[in-house]
Amino acid sequence: MNKTVDWSALRNDFPILDQQVHGKPLVYFDNAATSQKPRSVISALVHYYEHDNANVHRGIHELSNRATTAFEAARTRSAKFINAKSADEIIFTRGTTEGINLVAATWGAKNLKAGDVILLTEVEHHSNIVPWQLLAQRTGAKIAYIPVTGDEGTLDLSKLDSLLTSQVKLLSMVHISNSMGTVNPVAELCARARKLGIVTLVDGAQSAGHLPVDVQAIGCDFFAFSGHKICGPTGIGVLWGRQELLDTMPPYQGGGEMILSVGYQKTEFKTAPHRFEAGTPDISGPIGLHAAMDYLDAIGRENIWRHDQELANYAYEKLAALKNIRLFGPKQNRAGLVSFLLKDVHAHDVVTLADQAGVALRGGHHCTQPLMHKLGVESTARASFYFYNTKAEVDRFAEVIAEIQKFFGS
Amino acid sequence: MFDDINDLYQQVILDHCKKPRNFHEMPAASCSAQGYNPLCGDNLKLFLTLDGDVIKDASFVGSGCCISKASASLLTDNIKGKTKAEAEKTFEQVRDMITTGQVNGDVGKLAVFAGVHKYPARVKCAILSWHALIGALKGQAEPVSTENEQT
Repeated sequence: MNKTVDWSALRNDFPILDQQVHGKPLVYFDNAATSQKPRSVISALVHYYEHDNANVHRGIHELSNRATTAFEAARTRSAKFINAKSADEIIFTRGTTEGINLVAATWGAKNLKAGDVILLTEVEHHSNIVPWQLLAQRTGAKIAYIPVTGDEGTLDLSKLDSLLTSQVKLLSMVHISNSMGTVNPVAELCARARKLGIVTLVDGAQSAGHLPVDVQAIGCDFFAFSGHKICGPTGIGVLWGRQELLDTMPPYQGGGEMILSVGYQKTEFKTAPHRFEAGTPDISGPIGLHAAMDYLDAIGRENIWRHDQELANYAYEKLAALKNIRLFGPKQNRAGLVSFLLKDVHAHDVVTLADQAGVALRGGHHCTQPLMHKLGVESTARASFYFYNTKAEVDRFAEVIAEIQKFFGS
Repeated sequence: MFDDINDLYQQVILDHCKKPRNFHEMPAASCSAQGYNPLCGDNLKLFLTLDGDVIKDASFVGSGCCISKASASLLTDNIKGKTKAEAEKTFEQVRDMITTGQVNGDVGKLAVFAGVHKYPARVKCAILSWHALIGALKGQAEPVSTENEQT
């Protein structure tokens, strides 16, 4: 499928993009933090609250039936979005972070013991480090890291053989690095792990809405992503888990929705996915997410990926032409973002000035502090793209960065 | 392109961030304190030499954004020769000015920071060295941070 997409027409689906910030047209380049929402997603939320709002499951009345049907349809849609075998493998969460915490608190607590090793990579977001540190403190397990090569942010796989010891029980890694733009070879790493009986988790926060994702082809055991980064609402995410693993995992939180029967002393739990969804869930979230997934797949994620990469390569070339700039991330196969530092100008000064020119960037450690320390920097400035961004916006961005250099005389 | 931002990055601020004054360690300092905002990476150490109640000398080292560096540089110039009580009063004036934009009394060159209040995300940068000053005068051993408050 390689159809032509009218990218500029898509911008009209995003009311928020049509505005001036500090008197200048908004250039929204903070998509790795959160994406904007198309009208169809906003309308789905409004429609739900204006017509169908009720609590889900066990309802007898019409509105509850409608809400339940829409809620479960979103689960089926999510399964299709990542090519899961069954909707029963889809657990709704608050986002990627909660998905990883759920695995740590359930599968991890049951299966890890002192001396076991959790293998991560050095490019992980804090959300794929801290839950494992907490688990390691509770269980006595240790954490090891696949090293990163340097400013290019790619993994040094030459050390992999020595890292994949018999103590390793879990390999958890990011699909696309939010601070570097690296695309990790997750299918290859999952295949290596699988041969050794190591369970794998892929953090898909930056990938799920940007390229076609097939969890069966990746060959992982868990895959987590967030709705708000893929044009959906905030507060909703998906954790996919392989059915045979979900069936063995203890509950996450206790409460309503996740039980079959409750006695004063003992409770029978539902099977997955409901076992992991205690309490009244976010109902509008999955409904909005459903609309977002329909929207993205109407464009085609293979098309979105091509557009992302074109913009990122274009932005990289533009920035590389400037003097006194340090660029991060891979030169080949870069995802849709560019991380950089101007000589003698702090990232926050870059972001404050860019904002005055209407360009929304992010500056800081991007929740990857250990990686920043390893690269010897406190922070970087980052421009991250999505399908509604244009080359003209990248031109404007590059012009603004050059002006910032002049402003600081760097 | 950046005409509107001169209220934040005034010439004096740009000058002090590019050429920070009193930018050195002070091995014989009477007291010192670290200001550290781990989220944004601003990290400075302030040194004071006291003669009784009077601040005879002040210096700093560290790294951070333009606003935090310029603030520390101007602070060290400003407080030399002041008593502890006068320095604390200046801290209060500067804090009020950075958070509200209102200047109460004569703060001299420090008035260049009056525009910072329009940039809420940058208040913590401008005020960091001043909290470090109070930390040093109180003999505080722990680094001070301004990331959890706007003052």
